[in-house]
Amino acid sequence: MTTTTFTDETRERAREIIARYPADRSRSALLPLLHLVQAEEGYVSPAGVAFCAEVLGLNKAQVGAVATFYTMYKRKPTGDFLVSVCTNTMCNVLGGQEVYDTLSEHLGVGHDETTADGTITLEHAECLAACDYGPVMTVNYDFFDGVDASTAVGVVDELRAGGRPMPTRGARLCTLKEMAVQLAGFADERDGAVADGGPGEPTLRGLRLAQQHGVSVPGFDPNTPIRSKAEADKAAAEAKAKAEAAKPAPVEASAAPVKGGDGASAPTGAAGVAEPAKPAQATEPAKPAAASGSTTRDVKAPDDKSPQVRTAETRQPDAGTAVPDAPGTKVPTDGTGTAPAAGDARSAEAAGVAANAPAGDGKPAGDEAGAQERNLTEAKAGTDADGAGPADANETGAQK
Amino acid sequence: MTTPRPETVAKLTPVLTKRWLSPDAWRIGTYEQLDGYAALRKALKAHPDDLIQLIKDSGLRGRGGAGFPTGLKWGFIPQGDGKPHYLVVNADEGEPGTCKDLPLMTHDPHALVEGVIIASYAIRAARAYIYIRGEAVHAARRLRNAVQEAYDKGYLGRNILRSGYDLELVVHSGAGAYICGEETALLDSLEGFRGQPRLRPPFPATHGLYASPTVVNNVGTIASVPPIVLGGADWWKSMGTEKSSGPMIYSLSGRVVNPGQYECSMGVTLRELLELAGGMQPGHNLRFWTPGGSSTPLLAAEHLDVPLDFEGVAAAGSILGTTATQIFSDQDCPVYATYRWLEFYHHESCGKCTPCREGNYWMVRVYRRILAGQGTHEDLDTLLDTCDNILGRSFCGLGDGATSSVTSSLKYFKQDYLDYIEGRTAPKLSDKQLVGAH
Repeated sequence: MTTTTFTDETRERAREIIARYPADRSRSALLPLLHLVQAEEGYVSPAGVAFCAEVLGLNKAQVGAVATFYTMYKRKPTGDFLVSVCTNTMCNVLGGQEVYDTLSEHLGVGHDETTADGTITLEHAECLAACDYGPVMTVNYDFFDGVDASTAVGVVDELRAGGRPMPTRGARLCTLKEMAVQLAGFADERDGAVADGGPGEPTLRGLRLAQQHGVSVPGFDPNTPIRSKAEADKAAAEAKAKAEAAKPAPVEASAAPVKGGDGASAPTGAAGVAEPAKPAQATEPAKPAAASGSTTRDVKAPDDKSPQVRTAETRQPDAGTAVPDAPGTKVPTDGTGTAPAAGDARSAEAAGVAANAPAGDGKPAGDEAGAQERNLTEAKAGTDADGAGPADANETGAQK
Repeated sequence: MTTPRPETVAKLTPVLTKRWLSPDAWRIGTYEQLDGYAALRKALKAHPDDLIQLIKDSGLRGRGGAGFPTGLKWGFIPQGDGKPHYLVVNADEGEPGTCKDLPLMTHDPHALVEGVIIASYAIRAARAYIYIRGEAVHAARRLRNAVQEAYDKGYLGRNILRSGYDLELVVHSGAGAYICGEETALLDSLEGFRGQPRLRPPFPATHGLYASPTVVNNVGTIASVPPIVLGGADWWKSMGTEKSSGPMIYSLSGRVVNPGQYECSMGVTLRELLELAGGMQPGHNLRFWTPGGSSTPLLAAEHLDVPLDFEGVAAAGSILGTTATQIFSDQDCPVYATYRWLEFYHHESCGKCTPCREGNYWMVRVYRRILAGQGTHEDLDTLLDTCDNILGRSFCGLGDGATSSVTSSLKYFKQDYLDYIEGRTAPKLSDKQLVGAH
């Protein structure tokens, strides 16, 4: 298999794609390039993989690993029209499953299979982000809204008869290969295609209601000035002086909610909930990411928050949470030994690994006796240093 | 269908959606007549730090689900560090139930482009990317068209509006992977790798795209920037609640008379939203709903009056998420709904970490067994135990999200599970769908 199967036009387009990204970051062009080879062949063939590898200076395994990860890269020849029926929960209960089953039987093909005449590839899709129009299906990714089994059969029959039914929203249909050119980042050159497809009623419902009742947001003045830092500082100083002149106590009281507002990930429903949540947050610095925290999270935080809410909070440490290397704490500089040298995605990962003790010799992290001891020592040191450690030390002890 | 009361209609706050009624708002000429690029002109005259402060003052919080304060995120970008900075817009909309970003990009793409330019100027980025979901082809068409128009008019490229500021903007289509909505997976994907999440820390603010300082923001967040620049922080805060300021696009789907997009002041309740949407469909009574997509724990009819802002929903034990309110009735089965969501998480798990990859795989099989009438009481313990081993132990939020509907449906609707197990509900799946489920 050689890469000579690709046309000069494709090669020229490949150069255009690569030029969109920084010169030393050409690998960013890989996803669009895979769309591009699919535009010529209808799927990502071994030749397509080799082509991408060649133009990016990668090996075929690197390209193949990426190509097989993404649903939209097809691994065998496709039809001219890809019919995707959403069978995720909402469309499913509204009738999407019936639409899919009917089409599958009508066309005599299953998921990711193509009709014998090469016209239609059928697939069931996950949420297509049009739940207000459910159940939906797409043809080459343009929407047919509110379909039922009979309208869906009508659409595929028209396609097989050589027709081009007009999507409910989106542009007039093109072939899947033509669509792949657009996915590679090229404009839709068809006259009027960009203008096709106005908003449907569900999209506009809230707006129409507002319009009917004359509702708009009051007080909008596009000339509201943007305060400069000097002005803001002055205003803050004045406010502070004024507050101090009044009495000191309310200043602190009013400062508290502001701080809470900054900590997005600490939504506090009621004061009673917020208070006991704090110790849980304090333990976070010692175990900044899920990976290192995973073996020590059996100790439940002492609050009555939903576990999902609590986990979501720990996923998003805010400025108030002193995670090592958290944004806003301290920025690693290139001068230090732990900072990434090559400035590559992998070096970011390397920095992460450096900040989170990895597992060695195929054992789970922390299994090695030395590591356990080091953890304890570090935890103890942490206690002495910033008081963030006690809960952590307890947890580690509990693990032993 | 009933007409909503005036006080309920007053909750509507058309800000991000206001241009959608103009059919040509996606063209730059129309956009410019509707306040378009006025915010950019204004912003370029201000100091970047003042813009960051403005966004901080506005209290704007991320619209992608996590609700992180946007100004704070921008402020994390180290300045004067000699590294290139990047702005990456997360337009990989795919959370089940969520459908607010696609209409915005389709019908008002310049709002996003203008927001991108202002945000990039504020964080001193010379390159910005919009990573748009691959399947969102029409939105991408309009967006690419808008970017080209903006280049032609001098809003992008070299020396924007003679300010001396340069910005390159690329619209980058994904290829069908829900996980790429996770910000670090998105960055890996944008770099040409498999979309798998990275270990954090380091955070994108210091080691993001190409290991450089990067802000990753949702479409709705960035599109909120121009109106804030124009109207000011105080005006923005006149909407919403104290800690959840501004308007939010609530996406109603399911068993309501008029599903659709309703941009309301944050803190509106489902009861009010249902009133706006004409109520439940005839013959349907509200049974369960998601406040913000399938990754947020289900709520029930008793939560009709929960204020839908970040704090209110958290206090009710769920997460505001993307305000994708999927509404199900007494004719829908919470066990089946959860099963379908799990099929989704199982399919979309990137495979990097074991809890998510294996946990979802096995939970799908347990659900199939229950729905085929062959479940046991122990299965329910197995489900909860599996969730316990996924939540907080998976590498990123995808695994956490998968457990939401399982634990919440077991909490509110355990009887539905028992009815399948004890034979009171007819099996919903047949034996042939049970391959590998034992």
